[in-house]
Amino acid sequence: MPTHGSPTQRGRENAPEYGRGLVPLALAAVATVGVALGLIFFYAPEEAQEGFLQRIFYLHVPLAIVCLCGFVIAGAMAIQHLRTRDPRWDLRSYTTIHISLVFAVAVLISGSIWARGSWGHWWVWSEPTLVSFLIIFLLYATYQPLRFSIEDPERQARYASVFAVAAGAFVPIAYAAVQMSSAYLHPRVLGPTYAHLPAAMGVVFAVSLVAFALLFTTLCRFEMAAKRARWRLRAARAALLGETDLGARPRTAQPSLGAPPSPRPAVDRESGALVAHTQARSI
Amino acid sequence: MPLHEAVKYVAAAYIAVFVIVLLYVAIMARRLRKVERSIGELTQQGAGRDSVGDPGER
Repeated sequence: MPTHGSPTQRGRENAPEYGRGLVPLALAAVATVGVALGLIFFYAPEEAQEGFLQRIFYLHVPLAIVCLCGFVIAGAMAIQHLRTRDPRWDLRSYTTIHISLVFAVAVLISGSIWARGSWGHWWVWSEPTLVSFLIIFLLYATYQPLRFSIEDPERQARYASVFAVAAGAFVPIAYAAVQMSSAYLHPRVLGPTYAHLPAAMGVVFAVSLVAFALLFTTLCRFEMAAKRARWRLRAARAALLGETDLGARPRTAQPSLGAPPSPRPAVDRESGALVAHTQARSI
Repeated sequence: MPLHEAVKYVAAAYIAVFVIVLLYVAIMARRLRKVERSIGELTQQGAGRDSVGDPGER
């Protein structure tokens, strides 16, 4: 059966769905964050020692947990990339680390604000939890420069994956080291001090954790969808305009998705000769 | 800490975090707009080619 409709319509019908499931996920994230905020400010009981200031913890601690889990998950994705050599795993690992870094900045800022209110200092160097988190943050801050320093996309992805695996393994080790250290100045939500949260506080904390986990997942999916769309656009431009010099990709830290699905070669209708058949190599 | 002082710190922490997230979303939205613009240009060029390069339909 012949295909009807304008080229634009046909293109829309054949277009891959980059953001499949993204809208419901985003709506769920926004709704859960809204519910969490409502619970934090209108339901959670006042903590005896910290008072109102303790409400920062419903933001700060879930963000930190999601961020650290993100780093570990990125390491697992990097293992998959090294095992399968599938560039999509590299993209997933890269995106997860990127969003985890965004969350890490939020953790450092919210933690500093809490420290200022509670201890009277923006930063305390003798506090192992703060310093270990800063070390993890600085470690992952080198991820992008590492990628940028390697021009060959395949080598870049491989080295970045090795880094993500090693750094991902370091995260639980650093956490365990802090747990085992003797100085327990920093209040612990999942440690001995806060192990038995009152039920109302526990519910609020759990909802916050789910809310920020959903937000994290949404942002990861959003960024991955955007990167895939840009990659496909580059491939489409190559096919349509006959751009053949796609091998000279500008130096970038972003992952390469390798060769895109081959665009249908344009064929001259009279001679049957191949007019343009190009492949994009990267995003 | 008195409530009126604690409110400042709590508000600052929440606003800072949501500004960071919004900033990220705004940057991504700007990039997506660029992609959309490029897709629009490509679609126009493709439509132009379809109408010019298909003698059978003329």
